[in-house]
Amino acid sequence: MALSRRIFLRGSAISMIGSGTAPLWLERAACAAESTGKRKKVLVAIFQRGAADGLNIVVPHGDPNYYALRPAIAVPRPNAAKQADTAIDLDGFFGLHPSLSPLKPIWDRNQLAIVHAAGSPDPTRSHFDAQDYMESGTPGLKATSDGWLNRALPPAVGKPSPIRAVSLGPATPRTLRGGNSVVAMDSISTFGVRDEAAALVLKSMYGGSKDQLLGNTGRETFEAVAMLKGIQQTPYQPAAGANYPGGRFGESLKQIAQLIKADAGLEVAFADLGGWDHHVNEIGQKASVGQLANRLDEFGASLGAFYQDMGDRMEDVVVVTMSEFGRTARENGNRGTDHGHANAMFVMGGPVKGGKVYGDWPGLAPEQLYEKRDLALTTDFRAVLGEAVHSHLGKKTIQSVFPNYKGGPEKFRGLLRA
Amino acid sequence: MMRKFPAILAVTVLLAATGWAAKKKIATAPTAATVAEMTPEQRVIHALDRLAFGARPGDVDAVGKSGLDAWIESQLHPESIPQNPALEAKLAPLETLRMSTADMLKRYPSQQMLKGMVDGRIPLPEDPQARAAAKFAMARFAKSQKANILGDEAKPSAPKDEKALIAKLPLTDAQKQTLRTGSKDERAALLSSLPADQLMDVIDALPDAMKGRLAGQASPEVRRKLQILRSPQQVVNQDLIEGKLYRAVYSNRQLEEVLTDFWFNHFNIFLDKGADRFQATAYERDVIRPHVLGKFKDLLLATAQSPAMLFYLDNWQSMGVESPANKRGGKKQGLNENYGRELMELHTLGVDGGYTQADVTEVARCFTGWTIVQPQRGGGFEFAARMHDPGEKHVLGVTIPAGGGKEDAMKVLDILVQHPSTAHFISKKLATRFVSDNPSEVLVAKMAKTFTATDGDIREVLKTMLGSGEFWAADNFRSKVKSPLEMVVSALRAVDADMDSAQQIAGLMNTLGEPLYRKPEPTGYSNTGADWMNSASLVARMNFASGLAQGRLNGIKVDPARFNGAADQIERSILLTEPTEDAKRAIQAGFDAQKQMRPDRVGAAIAGLTLGSPDFQRR
Repeated sequence: MALSRRIFLRGSAISMIGSGTAPLWLERAACAAESTGKRKKVLVAIFQRGAADGLNIVVPHGDPNYYALRPAIAVPRPNAAKQADTAIDLDGFFGLHPSLSPLKPIWDRNQLAIVHAAGSPDPTRSHFDAQDYMESGTPGLKATSDGWLNRALPPAVGKPSPIRAVSLGPATPRTLRGGNSVVAMDSISTFGVRDEAAALVLKSMYGGSKDQLLGNTGRETFEAVAMLKGIQQTPYQPAAGANYPGGRFGESLKQIAQLIKADAGLEVAFADLGGWDHHVNEIGQKASVGQLANRLDEFGASLGAFYQDMGDRMEDVVVVTMSEFGRTARENGNRGTDHGHANAMFVMGGPVKGGKVYGDWPGLAPEQLYEKRDLALTTDFRAVLGEAVHSHLGKKTIQSVFPNYKGGPEKFRGLLRA
Repeated sequence: MMRKFPAILAVTVLLAATGWAAKKKIATAPTAATVAEMTPEQRVIHALDRLAFGARPGDVDAVGKSGLDAWIESQLHPESIPQNPALEAKLAPLETLRMSTADMLKRYPSQQMLKGMVDGRIPLPEDPQARAAAKFAMARFAKSQKANILGDEAKPSAPKDEKALIAKLPLTDAQKQTLRTGSKDERAALLSSLPADQLMDVIDALPDAMKGRLAGQASPEVRRKLQILRSPQQVVNQDLIEGKLYRAVYSNRQLEEVLTDFWFNHFNIFLDKGADRFQATAYERDVIRPHVLGKFKDLLLATAQSPAMLFYLDNWQSMGVESPANKRGGKKQGLNENYGRELMELHTLGVDGGYTQADVTEVARCFTGWTIVQPQRGGGFEFAARMHDPGEKHVLGVTIPAGGGKEDAMKVLDILVQHPSTAHFISKKLATRFVSDNPSEVLVAKMAKTFTATDGDIREVLKTMLGSGEFWAADNFRSKVKSPLEMVVSALRAVDADMDSAQQIAGLMNTLGEPLYRKPEPTGYSNTGADWMNSASLVARMNFASGLAQGRLNGIKVDPARFNGAADQIERSILLTEPTEDAKRAIQAGFDAQKQMRPDRVGAAIAGLTLGSPDFQRR
């Protein structure tokens, strides 16, 4: 199906070019079709900035210590009569926070896996250091100049699509920085020179520029702009039943879905969602209100809508979520939690062997806690990302992506179908 | 309005600008014979590109007239240059720029301060005005906390109808009438007349669309008042960012601004990390700015003892394992190596400067006890002996005997400042910012030699750089890609923009990829021009360029008469050089194809294209 669509695109574009009526974007699209127009494997990385509380997101309701540590802000054990305010049971031991109900059907279809007690082995509890380490993919090494997701891109075959690596947001995030060209944009619709007459002049100015750096960046930019303009010619209509919530994160995922379905060569995408640093009022009078519930409403509904929207195209897609570290196992004095260590990661997609919480549960008894306060780490985040890079994007050696990681495929949790 | 400068300029400059820099160059550069030199005209433009944030209209002529060497000499002594009154007028309303951190926290309380006051842990300010403002902010804080705990139940279900909402407001009938049907000016006057608490109640009760509209119509004073009431801490950050932009655009002491940007970035801190939200203002003003042309040692010591840096790199919490506090028992705290590492890697020696992990740990031990009194309340530096590791230390081969207390860290700073790696590292960074992305080892060594010989005198190191053939080599003319800040400020200067507000520019800096004071990593932003090119940033530059030239940016005026001339005149007035043939052709072709454009808009459009062109992206 993808193939026939591609032939149609090329055929019709070329005939239009021949007759002199082709819009510029179509010409571009037809020329770029060698490297695009095919269904690509796509890896979507999602960063929850601010250190999300994995223990209240994927709740270990079977661990009595959890309730002892959090008398005021634990998510109550699953209770069918009070569904909206109790954990949604997953496997008799773990449950989802009730605001994540949109993810439960995906779990039931075995396309959502969770890795608990996962994260960065670096002991820092500084947001900015920990984000930096997770995004560079090199915990403990500050000198790394590029990000893991840029290094994860497979070698380009032929002329690479101008939009093979996209970040939704105003600047290229650390995760995507590096030698492969990346498009960062606030949104598809605002990415472009607003004044159309000026755009034409600037395009020809940069196209003909002898300034190598500016000329190349300009040419890449206008190619991406043209391709995105082409994609936007048809207003995007998410699949039936996919209701993206308002807000930047839902909008980002919607645009990633749009780009994937356009078969324009997208291979890696990045989006983030801030506001997880819940030192105060993490959980209100009941689990469904409070700061955490607010964030999870948006997070869960957006991911649920994305899954629904992608439909069977989810076969090509793996979504991985991460946050720089977890939060203290014990609640603090302000109905919140402080900076901790290990966390929970979600892995969603067609190739995922879901319906299972992966990883070894280290326990929450006092002697089991990391530095007597935090959930201990049993899975290095690079084992999770590494598996996605290796099995999904087909990167043979993950050492090129995670240079100071000693583990290899033997550390993988078996999250993805080979 | 159009200047006929190329001819005049060439003459003036030829006559006047062959002074100091040229003489020095000949004296110190043995390779000068083989290096192509800039023309005298290029020298002036180059100096304004590199030692300033670009030229304003008339600057090239003025510098040419007074003589390039005299201009450079005065920029090296900023205190000798009278400040621009326009700048002083723009900075006047930004009162937080002049407050001590402690005062600022009282008048513009942070969330933590408010929480402390609500909980009764922190006393209310004594000043009656500050006290009233604090009470008001506390009430709002308590309300927002309650809403968070209770979820939607705490929020009253507000009717959407504007008319019904206005009817319920605590205002007179006449005031309500003004709000409903008054003119823009009448509404603005009404808002100005309301006392602070009533003002906020009125604004709060209105639907969002009307809130925005009203705030937009209010006077700048009322807007500021509203912002202070809504989010005092945000005003502090806004003042800081606006102040930086105003100074960069309008200051007559341009080199001081360029260097303040350089050194802040070298000793970077992050505005969104905890206490640095309110420490950053004093950090730039009292720690960085006074030393930008002084001795490196003074600058380094000032940063090492600044609450902003102590907080940013966590040294304030670092506790000696063998410290009295830890020996006393109770909750044990450990050593934090964050500052010790960055001090050597980023502030002095450089990553390849010859230190080991053991040195990092030893330096961190020396710095234990360098902490902050009550960081969340704006306290300053203190040495806390109870946190200090009293034992013997070994740093870079030097033994620091036991019992040195606060002096341990002072010795470390001495060792680092005198280390040849520091002289080299600092010189190379300056040369990368000012000369080229890849300065020669010959130049860096020459600057490092001056650094060592003058006890780290930054002014002298810059003089060596400015006296080198390499700084004035033709290859380096317009060779560096501007950072977003350099691009934006040079554009505002090139068209002589009049700014009433820098807020939209501050927002644009995020889109351009250089949010001001918000580089989370201690590395600071890159000084390598090539690092600044990416698609999102380029698109944002182009949009900024056309928005500026066509007068679409809020609070920024550009005189349209400036763009009345022919296309190549407009291009030249912005670039100061002959535009490339490619650019000229593209602009011409573009406008031939746009016959329907209104003639009075063409000039501004050409200016926008010139500002967005490849040529303008370099300095």
